[in-house]
Amino acid sequence: MKTDPAGVLTGAHYLDGDFACGEGAMAAGCRFVAGYPITPSTEVVERIARRFPTMGGTFIQMEDELASMAAVVGASWTGTKSMTVTSGPGFSLMMENIGLGAMMETPCVVVNVQRGGPSTGLPTMVGQADMMQARWGSHGDYEIIALSPQSPQEAFDLTIVAFNLSETYRVPVMFMMDECVGHMTEKVVIPPAERIEIVPRKLTDKPTSEYLPYATNGNNVPEFARAGDGYRFHTTGLTHDERGYPMMSADCQAKCVRRLVDKIRGNADKIVRFDEENTDGADVIVVAYGITARVARMGIDLARKRGAKVGVIRLVVVWPFPEKRIRELAPRVKAFVVPEINCGQIVLEVERCAAGQAAAVSVPHAGGGVHDPMDICNAILGAAK
Amino acid sequence: MSKVEDGTERGNIPVREHPIGPFLRMDRMPHIWCPTCGIGIVVKCYATALQEAEVDPDKVTIVSGIGCTGRVAGYMKLDSFHTTHGRAIPFATGVKLGRPELLVTVFSGDGDLSGIGGNHLIHAARRNMDLLVILVNNFIYGMTGGQNAPTTPEGARTSTMPYGNFEPPFNLPHLVASCGATYVARWTCLHVRQLTKSIKEAIHRKGFRFIEVIAPCSTLYARLNKIGTGFDLMQFYHDSAEVRHDADTRDVAIRFQDAIICGNFVDEEKPTFLELMTNHYKKVLGDRYVPMPAEGGMIRGQD
Repeated sequence: MKTDPAGVLTGAHYLDGDFACGEGAMAAGCRFVAGYPITPSTEVVERIARRFPTMGGTFIQMEDELASMAAVVGASWTGTKSMTVTSGPGFSLMMENIGLGAMMETPCVVVNVQRGGPSTGLPTMVGQADMMQARWGSHGDYEIIALSPQSPQEAFDLTIVAFNLSETYRVPVMFMMDECVGHMTEKVVIPPAERIEIVPRKLTDKPTSEYLPYATNGNNVPEFARAGDGYRFHTTGLTHDERGYPMMSADCQAKCVRRLVDKIRGNADKIVRFDEENTDGADVIVVAYGITARVARMGIDLARKRGAKVGVIRLVVVWPFPEKRIRELAPRVKAFVVPEINCGQIVLEVERCAAGQAAAVSVPHAGGGVHDPMDICNAILGAAK
Repeated sequence: MSKVEDGTERGNIPVREHPIGPFLRMDRMPHIWCPTCGIGIVVKCYATALQEAEVDPDKVTIVSGIGCTGRVAGYMKLDSFHTTHGRAIPFATGVKLGRPELLVTVFSGDGDLSGIGGNHLIHAARRNMDLLVILVNNFIYGMTGGQNAPTTPEGARTSTMPYGNFEPPFNLPHLVASCGATYVARWTCLHVRQLTKSIKEAIHRKGFRFIEVIAPCSTLYARLNKIGTGFDLMQFYHDSAEVRHDADTRDVAIRFQDAIICGNFVDEEKPTFLELMTNHYKKVLGDRYVPMPAEGGMIRGQD
């Protein structure tokens, strides 16, 4: 379906990644945002707070991030597309209700403009160290989807993709920006509304007497009914059966939790997105995401000038991980080189998928800045030997 | 013990349908609450109030947190959400703002709403958020086995205050009234008619409406404090509750096994969060302001 033109600021703009993300959300049909101020993400909600009243959207600044995430899950149950925005410390507080969102199968988007951590860390400076938290941050077993934009243009485009994925799979989607992309200003082209495809909230057409909130329809994603339409459904954070009723048994736990996991893992081929370049005949493949994917380009150019044969996998969707492609490429290369602004997170996943058939070389950076391209070049040259 | 299978028969003895049957998920009975627990009484009063207020049940949403009272949402045949511990109020805030036409009730316990969720309670009252909050206060954490609550009276024993509680408790009506709640009342589980009337009244008010209901917990609070059974507590309410409408909320704090001041303490009209927001944007933005539709912010097909 085409999006609502009210939220689309068609034209060529000069925007930072935070503003572009906000514009992407509005273009995707987001009409409820709850948030709490935190650097370096606040500009996203500032943009939305200014524009929402002209398009039927409601922004509320909540008392904390626990409340913001709870409100987002609640609002989504009215059929209103909903989002919250934060950075590391707030992301930690949101984990409780991200788990609730996953358990209740609530479409929503959580933007994390990553800064240096742990704890208060480096509020105004870049980090990419919340990538594992995005996947595992709330307790228990569940799967989410996470994307990582490398530019303001992608902050716009991929925010729309994030909403579409959250609607398709009824799952909280983590939009993992970083401070560099968030505060970087570049040209952002916003197409006309009729060229923006969105996945609308699909409501069940079952009669109220036949509707079961967690009965599946073949692809593991249950049909949605919103509050106020007469379905009088129940949903809970407890382990539940198809009726949404609590059911404390290992059997029900297996059905309930396995489906939360399988609906993402089983559709990974449809969800996974990455850019791939020059991997044919490469000795080394650089795997990178977000701002580091752009910094790595310089390191790759330097290494190529020194004779290295280097390919690139740039992760667009980080979770689920492009496991299949890494497994295919592993026997053909000497090594994967993984620069990231953390002490080694995604490299663990690369190493697991490479399964000993190629080396996985971490190029860590503790945060507060981006890599020196020469460090990436040297890692490539070392791995190519 | 006989089990109610379908709500219409108990063994071979035909019974009439329960008067609030249409508001209950009879397929979930029996409930988990202990004998002589007060929560069921509050549920009955709430359902009766909905019936008598003649609101469309399809437009009523109930949100609970965690704990004994947190289970209420799961037994009500309404759109019902059993959320995380302490977060019922912000979750309900999202529901209300996402679809403003709904009557959104928060139904939860004292530990959930004033302990772990205390920050949300005061901010929702400050904003005059359009929510009806029913807080069942049994002075203790029941679900986890009788631990100290922010409402436990000084001197009362709990499992984590085995030598008696030395922390001063919240005076909840005063807390929410001073934060800006527009309707504040307190009743005990014995005051069935008054409580029902109060809930009905609150349904027809707007803004942040707060009703505290003192409820017996015979399994933990009464046992740990050797103050009898649920019946004894009801007798205690009968003997020591004092109805004092419009009382100054500073004077309604609860002391251990002492007078319980009940009544409608606050009932005033002032603009709610939604009214403040809508009026402000209309004034500032004029024709450019597009409010969220009453039926919610769901984007319809543009093809």
